[in-house]
Amino acid sequence: MSTWLRNNRLVALAALAFTLVTVAVALVFFYAPLDADGLNQKIFYFHVGIALTAYACFGWGGWKALRVLWKRDDNADLESYVAIHQGVIFGALTLVTGSIWARYRWGHWWEWHEDQLVLFLVLFLFYAAYFMLRFSVPPGPRRANLSAVYALFGVALVPVSILAIRLSERFIHPVAFDRHGPNMSGSQFFTFCVSWAAMLALAATLYHVELAGKRIDVRLRELREALR
Amino acid sequence: MYLADVGALARKDLLLELRARDTLPAMLLFVLSTLVVFHFALPGNSSELAATGLLWVAIVFTALLGLARAFAAEREQGVFDGLVLAPSDRSAIWLGKALSVLAFLGLAELVALPAFALFFSPVDGPMILGVVLADLGIAAVGTLLAAMAAASRARELLLPLIFLPLAIPIIIGGVGTSVTDDPARYVWFLVLYDALFAIICWASFEYVVTE
Repeated sequence: MSTWLRNNRLVALAALAFTLVTVAVALVFFYAPLDADGLNQKIFYFHVGIALTAYACFGWGGWKALRVLWKRDDNADLESYVAIHQGVIFGALTLVTGSIWARYRWGHWWEWHEDQLVLFLVLFLFYAAYFMLRFSVPPGPRRANLSAVYALFGVALVPVSILAIRLSERFIHPVAFDRHGPNMSGSQFFTFCVSWAAMLALAATLYHVELAGKRIDVRLRELREALR
Repeated sequence: MYLADVGALARKDLLLELRARDTLPAMLLFVLSTLVVFHFALPGNSSELAATGLLWVAIVFTALLGLARAFAAEREQGVFDGLVLAPSDRSAIWLGKALSVLAFLGLAELVALPAFALFFSPVDGPMILGVVLADLGIAAVGTLLAAMAAASRARELLLPLIFLPLAIPIIIGGVGTSVTDDPARYVWFLVLYDALFAIICWASFEYVVTE
């Protein structure tokens, strides 16, 4: 069993992600109680889980970027790129789910009141530019360095933007806006934890799948060069 | 020693500008044209606050104009390799360039702020402090990003894309100092931003110019 696990780590991870996502969907719809917000509140279990997963991806990408600069780790460049790619995908999903939630809560598809959504818009723009930067520099150590420095800027930008967006509320919306619903009950919190774990497992699976594909790409290019 | 290097590099840029007059006249003309455009872009009954907000847009875009040219001379004449090979700390290149960018931006604002006061609404103390602090942040972050953009194929096209998301906190801090009754909070925020990003830029510039 343990050798099988070691050899088929990706399959095992994918199976775990699939199970967790299925369990999370079942828990969200059949177990977690409805609260004052009604059915609309169900998207929250996914929205918050996806958002936290996107942060985790950006953080992981930043950590790998640090390894590029600090340890001169050759694999870390590709890992950092793939992590940020997954972060951008989950960030876009955060924007979509947040937008759906805003539509049913306030009747608009976009809501500047919602700090988290605005923050993700800024981060989405920032990391989208990461790809522009990366793809306009020829592959090599220079590109690894530039991407890594930019990814580290992203890690600093997250807390600074959280602070800035909170400060901007004061002149953009003078009226205090209370967006906190009722606190989570035990069963709701359990459901939330399961769906968050499901999203993390899903992100980890996608990360490893993409990484494996990218590595095969690199290997293929090396072989082609060798044959030439 | 370090400061002497920084001073020499900044003086080189200022001398180049004094002789060629490439960047500064363009920035001055651009910021004035922008203010005139804003006059026509704002409907007659909009508030003075809207004009103040647009002043910040003008400042950021003028800075972008200057930053896009910041490393033009180095790139065209192949000076970068010489600078990197020189026996001094690489961060001195960043600091020298950031100082000259700061000087250009400051000179452009010496014209822009009185023009804004003349065309739109008076400028007060907290706003000037906000502009100075924002300039420090723009020069620090912008210089590093300009060096990154200079290393890429897209160059001038790339700089606004990577700079604007990082400039959003500066805009929030700057607008906060100029339109609210309680500017202290925003001044401190700008100080925090400048210090944090200056340290990151200072530490990471070496990796941007070397392999």
